[in-house]
Parts: sequence; structure tokens; C-alpha cells
Amino acid sequence: MAHAVETAGLYDCRDAWVKTMMALAEVDDRIVTVVNDSIGSSKLGAFQARFPDRTINVGIAEQCMVGVGAGLANGGRIPFVSAASCFLTGRALEQVKADVAYADFNVKLIGQSSGIAYAELGPTHHSIEDFAWLRPLTNLTVICPADAWETAEAVTWAAAHEGPVYIRLSRMPVPLLDIPNRVFRPGKAETVREGQDVAILACGTTVHLAAAAADLLKAVGIAARVLNFSTINPLDEAAIDAAAETGAIVTVEEAGIRGGLGGAVAEYTASNRPVPVERVGFPGFLPTGSLEYLFKEHGLTAEGIAAAARRSMMRAAR
Amino acid sequence: MTNDPIPNIKAKALWMRRRSFQMVYEAQLGHPGGDFSATDILATLYFGVLNFDPAQPNWPERDRFIMSKGHASGSLYTVLSAAGYFPEDWLSTYMGNKSRLNGHPNRNYLPGVETNTGPLGHGMPVAVGIAIAGQITGATYRTFVLTGDGELQEGSNWEAASVAGHRKLNHLTLIVDRNRLQQGAGTEETNTLDPLDDRFRAFGFEVFMVDGHDHAALLAVLSAPPGEKPRAVIANTTKGKGVSFMEHQAKWHHGVPNAAQFAQAMEELV
Repeated sequence: MAHAVETAGLYDCRDAWVKTMMALAEVDDRIVTVVNDSIGSSKLGAFQARFPDRTINVGIAEQCMVGVGAGLANGGRIPFVSAASCFLTGRALEQVKADVAYADFNVKLIGQSSGIAYAELGPTHHSIEDFAWLRPLTNLTVICPADAWETAEAVTWAAAHEGPVYIRLSRMPVPLLDIPNRVFRPGKAETVREGQDVAILACGTTVHLAAAAADLLKAVGIAARVLNFSTINPLDEAAIDAAAETGAIVTVEEAGIRGGLGGAVAEYTASNRPVPVERVGFPGFLPTGSLEYLFKEHGLTAEGIAAAARRSMMRAAR
Repeated sequence: MTNDPIPNIKAKALWMRRRSFQMVYEAQLGHPGGDFSATDILATLYFGVLNFDPAQPNWPERDRFIMSKGHASGSLYTVLSAAGYFPEDWLSTYMGNKSRLNGHPNRNYLPGVETNTGPLGHGMPVAVGIAIAGQITGATYRTFVLTGDGELQEGSNWEAASVAGHRKLNHLTLIVDRNRLQQGAGTEETNTLDPLDDRFRAFGFEVFMVDGHDHAALLAVLSAPPGEKPRAVIANTTKGKGVSFMEHQAKWHHGVPNAAQFAQAMEELV
């Protein structure tokens, strides 16, 4: 239950998503949801109860679901198409490309249970390729919020923004980032820790781990900058330029290291500001295992990220 | 009847065939066989059925037409130009560098294009979404979508057809350009579609079969007021209709004419 999560200091971002959607839909009747039998996994039960006519369940039919989203936008609605991100982005990729991005419709795609939320269910249910698939769709804003606060901000921004957006959510409870006076700025990296020795660029569920890594590094005299790189597209190039000034970069994501945030940063730095980039994430299809096991196995822990920071710094020193 | 639209539809269809074939000839690119099988359907829709205002292409209450068989862009672009959405001289830029008339339609390039199509099986889900938007807001506009017949081999059409039947989207009309030929061969020898009417009935549609080149028959079925269910109009057509050497020939799916063929077609299209 939500209370158990809250007392642990951890928040399921889906609760922020649905709470925000309820508030937005109350004041804007153009807002509708489109789902593929994913009301429960999207936590949209309360939304459906309050707005039954504005909850469009097409059944298990993802290509149709995304095309229906584009059609609803044509009809003046603001559709939030919400489904497990592995199916939303994989099964319906051509619809996302042609009907949403290329047609430039005002559709919001909400990838639920992204990354390896369905850990033991295996690679068919992992969504670690989505950044690589969607990032080349240049007009599609791609946002991976780091916590419940940012989830609410991103959903609110997306509803007001005219254009296609992909928001990637997790079902893994995460803490709120301890940053005072936060302002959500899409397309801009957010500073989580200041530091000049190495820069750690993270997104989504891994940002708090990157902050913990910086704290470990600080204890041994290394000042690591941590940036919440929640917007993957468009990329905050100025923040990467500044990060490169430290001489060593680490990227961290609950996603594949090919083509995701790490791929994007490596592309940019290789072309503009060569600097060692250590990419922490998943190399490809993963073996069976729990989320905790797979995170640890691939260095997605405070210790693992701190070790990657040292590797990047060592490469810079060579 | 004093305001019989048929002569105008017939004249527009003839002009569309001549003009679209000229576009294909000049570009040496295009899909003229599919243009010609769809021409009479489009002429009937735009000059006898659809409620639209080319001066307000985004008018919320407009009827929508979705060209799911986006490769037949010659027929779509000529009908949109004839309907007043853009000047005729734009047609001469067909598939040229940086032309608004891309090989497949783009709604951001041209007024009157409702969504981007080209990959097959995309029009139906979008049309269903438009119809749902109308259903939940109580709008009265109608949504028409034209698919090829071979295109119905794409599963996304049937996902959308199922939703349309389930939700009783009675302001939605699917028109199938049933020319029985796909790019490489006949539809029935490639992947059987018949009995297409029964398939749509099973998905909850009211089904009509019509001669897709008979303007009066098309006008009657397409302008009939909405019933209780979504409607599927299976328009039996001839690929390459109107030019003797192109009719029923799969090779004219994306064949382009030489000078002699173009001249002969212009002699026949009168």
C-alpha cells in the first residue's frame, strides 16, 4: 500500500502520475487516456472511475492503441497513451515513428514499468532498448523522471506542451531527490551534486544511486558532479560541455548502454569534446534474475557507479 | 435533379486521372495503378459527400478523410487541389526536391492531409481514434478511411476494426479499394482476403458492396446517413482503370510511363 511506501521514504512514481492526471483531467476535458488492457499496471483505476468516457481501452492491441492516440489528437483531444513501455515502444514502434513523431501529433506516450521493472519475466518484458529506438525521432521529447516530484512536473508540462512526448516511468519505488527549490526545466540537466573531478550523468531510477556514489567518492576526496539528465531528447549539450570540463564522464541508466543516455553522451562528446565516457547500464539481453541482482551485477549501485567514476578518471589521466 | 453532383464528379475524376498521370510521367515516379483504382472513390467523396472548407483545413467539425493507401498520392493530391486546398501548380512539383508533395502524404506539408500515411495499416487505427474523439464529444462529423485491399493483410487494420465494431463507431466508414491486385500478384493468390464482406460483418460492421467506378452507386452508399454500426464499403475496382494497357496489371502498381505510353493514355482519358 502507498502508506508503507511512504513510511519507507520511497515513492512509486506511478502514484504521482495518476494523481497528476486526475488533477489535470478535472480542469481540461480534452485530456483522455488510451490503454491496452493496462489500467491496473498504469494505476489508472481511479481515473477510469472518475472519467469512464475518457478512458479508452482498446484491448491488447498496441499498434492500434498508438494510432488511436494520433486520431484522438486529430480530433482535438490530448491523449495520454499509457502501456508497459516494452510493448508501447517495441510492438508499436512504427506507429510511434509515423503516426506520432513524423505526423507531429500532440500525443503523450507514457511508458510504464520501464527498464527492468519486470526483472524475472525476462528480456521480452524488459524495456531497455526504448531510448535507442526513440531518441532518433528528433521531435519526440523523451523524459525519464528521477522521482515522484519530477514525474508530476513532467506530466503537467507534457499536458501543456503542444507536441509529441514520451515519458518513461518505473514501478520501482525511489526516494525524492534532496534538492532545494527545484524547478522542472525540460531539456535541461538538473544539478544534484556539485563537483569538478568527475561528472556523473544519470536518469530515472539511477539518479539517487549516482548521488549516493558521489557521497562515497567525497569521503575519499573526489568531488563528483551529479546531473539528473531526465531529458534524453533533446540533449542538454551545454551541460555535457560543462561536464566534459571535469575531464571524465560517467553515464548511468536503467537501460541499454547502446544508444541510450550513454550512447547519446558518447556521440556528442566524440564529435565535439572527446573525453572518457564510462557507460553504466545493461549490455544486452539479461539473464534471469531479480531487479536487485541485475542492478548489482551491472554496477547500478552506489559502489558500482563510484568504481565507474574512478575508471573514467583513470582513463583521463593516461 | 437540379443539383445533380454526378456530372461534376465525373469531370473531376477524368481531370484527376489525366493530371495525376502527368505528375507520374514528369516525376517518373509514383503508383499510377493504385491512383486510378481510387480516383472515382476520391472524386465522389470530395465532390459529393464530405463536409469541408478548404479555407479552414482544421475546422473541428469537418468530415475527415484518411488516405491509408498513402502510396496512391497522385489521386489524393489531385483531389485536394481540385477541392481548393492548394493551387494546381503545386502538383507540378510532385516528388521534386523539397516539394510539399512527398511520395507519401504528410499533413505538415499540405493542408487537407489528415495524417501521415505510407506504411500500410496505419490509416484505420488513426481513423478509429478520430471517430472515438467524435463519439466522446458528441460531434457530428464523419470519418472516412480508404485502404487498399492487399493492405488488409496488415494486422493493425483488424485490431482497429475490432475496436470500431466493439464501440459501434457508426460515424466511421471504411472503404476498401478492392482491385484484387497487390504489388507483386493477386491478393487471393498471395494471402486470401475473401470472403471480405463476411470478415467485416464478423467484426461488427454493416457491409456494402459497390462498383468502385460507378459514381452514382458510390454517392448513394457513401452519403447515406450513419446507421447503428461502423460501415465497410467494399468498392470493387480495377487497378489502372481508364487506360487500356494498365488495367488489371500488377506491374502498373508503381510502373511509370514512357512518352508513347503517356501519349496513348492521354488519348484514352477523354
